[in-house]
Amino acid sequence: MTLNRRQFIGTSAAMAAALSAPMVKAQGKPRVVVVGGGAGGATAARYLAKDSKGGIDVTLIEPTRKYYTCFFSNLYLGGFKEIEDIGHSYGGLAAGGVNVVHDWAIGVDRDAKTVTLAGGGSVPYDKLILSPGIDFVEGAVEGWGLSAQNAMPHAYKAGSQSELLKAQLMAMPEGGTFAMIAPPNPYRCPPGPYERVSMVAHFLKQNNPTAKIIVADPKPKFSKMALFQEGWANHYDGMVDWIGEDFGGGNVSVDPNAMTVTIDGEETKVDVCNVIPAMKAGRIADLAGVTDGNWAPVNATDMSTKADADIYVLGDASSQGDMPKSGYSANSQAKVCANAVRGALTGSKVFPAKFANTCWSLIAPNDGVKVGATYEATPEKIAKVDGFISQTGESADLRKATYEESEGWYTGITSDMLG
Amino acid sequence: MRVFGIIFGVAASVISTVAVADKFGDPAAGEKVYRQCKSCHQVGDGAKHRIGPQLNGLFGRQAASHDDFRYSKALMRAGTGGLEWHADTLDAFLENPKAIASGTRMSFRGLKNPQERLDLIAYLRVFSDSPANIPEADPTASPTDHDIDPAILALKGDPEYGEYLSSECTTCHQTSGGDDGIPSIVLWPEEDFVLAMHAYKNKNRSHPVMQMMAGRLNAEEIAALAAYFAVLEE
Repeated sequence: MTLNRRQFIGTSAAMAAALSAPMVKAQGKPRVVVVGGGAGGATAARYLAKDSKGGIDVTLIEPTRKYYTCFFSNLYLGGFKEIEDIGHSYGGLAAGGVNVVHDWAIGVDRDAKTVTLAGGGSVPYDKLILSPGIDFVEGAVEGWGLSAQNAMPHAYKAGSQSELLKAQLMAMPEGGTFAMIAPPNPYRCPPGPYERVSMVAHFLKQNNPTAKIIVADPKPKFSKMALFQEGWANHYDGMVDWIGEDFGGGNVSVDPNAMTVTIDGEETKVDVCNVIPAMKAGRIADLAGVTDGNWAPVNATDMSTKADADIYVLGDASSQGDMPKSGYSANSQAKVCANAVRGALTGSKVFPAKFANTCWSLIAPNDGVKVGATYEATPEKIAKVDGFISQTGESADLRKATYEESEGWYTGITSDMLG
Repeated sequence: MRVFGIIFGVAASVISTVAVADKFGDPAAGEKVYRQCKSCHQVGDGAKHRIGPQLNGLFGRQAASHDDFRYSKALMRAGTGGLEWHADTLDAFLENPKAIASGTRMSFRGLKNPQERLDLIAYLRVFSDSPANIPEADPTASPTDHDIDPAILALKGDPEYGEYLSSECTTCHQTSGGDDGIPSIVLWPEEDFVLAMHAYKNKNRSHPVMQMMAGRLNAEEIAALAAYFAVLEE
């Protein structure tokens, strides 16, 4: 829908009367700013540019020039992928008409409707989509802070942290100890810590078979627990010691200088310590004032925030209901959001929201498992409709097919996100 | 796993047994129908694999399970996922092989006549272990529940709606048609696409993700997706 200035003035009274009337700018195209180029933000930017066919001015603000997927970064630790296999450029998005700005978004002025950049200047928006992923809750693990992330990496944002953890894993002395401090709910990628345990165990079984893995976990149970525990018993018998909440797994402190971990009063000297602290929405969501506690509550129909109808939050940073925090979920939410935002700005047809998620995990070579569900928008939240999970005792052929399927999904979702 | 069998079992317990018995095929008539299969398949004493695998002992066997025959990846995937050959699965496969395993190498358009399928299945049943000897063996032939209403096939999909819905598919399936670990779904004939999706929806195809995805799509939505993907160009 395009109107020249005179038509616009002539029809503006009628437009104002129609509640569902799209926003029509007297001058220039409607502007969408997306902050964060991961599974949520990149997908939203790409779909908005693609589906509006140039009718919306889409700017993506993302500080890094190369995006390393958090999904499959455990496979890098296990030696199944090279780091470059999980690294992607933003060239495809730029070619698809997205204005990619490599900078940090450090503030949002909701009255002026602008995003402030660390490099100076600001970017105006009609609709703002925040997809900043996660940050860590300060003081969540006693003795650990971001200043200790080199001694005890989190490796829960992929890239240099993944490489650091891999280097430390490779440098472990024979028979050494790898410790993981697992996070409390809710957190990014529910099966992620346990897939990581599996991949570390696989690496150690090949290279350092007398080494041990200790997991201190504040939770009594975790995603795909039966499948992982079956897999650890089958492939890595006796190597993994999982200490859950019942055994004091939540009562943990670390000393990054001494490289010790104290679990329920018992101090252990370790060689590598992977601390995955409690999480919260990426900082820009807080700065925009759309969070309530650690996360940003959103409306299920379009991912708009409860705090501001022109600001949307996707993926890990959002508090939406039943969907797990995963790359697949963020990608799914981004498409619903992009459809709704395009409708609001250009009057295009808005279709009902449908969401889905599947998480594949690799336990050992050719031993893949998955869990998934579909979701719908209700007035209260994104609500689960239907789901499935891999079963214990499945055939080796089925597990291999599941792993191969995850490889296919990786190719699919990365091209769906980044073009 | 016998997804198909479970569904049939439920249906059979509701339908009267007389109605079921009336639908058994005639092996003698089936032998004539089988002539169409003979250029690729052998069955009976001394049968060997040719262009297609030999068909002795077919009933109750996992699809694509002869170690010494090279199957399509699609049929292997279906077998691994739980597809077994029984009267009901064979009936669906024979009606349109590509609706059950999209990438099957069996280049056969399918038998549209239900009676011919029943007769052929009854004929092939002769070359599997006999129910008389094995009480729990498959019945000779049985009605099916996979037929889809011709009105569903006649639906004209809205490609614009299909494009929106397709974004749920493209998280896994590549729009480029690339096929590694997950099959290509672009440029399919619309009818095959619709049949395949309804086979997942009705749980006649075995993949849990696809059963879930197709399960909540209605007939118009499936038609819309078929319309969109049928003409998708990169």
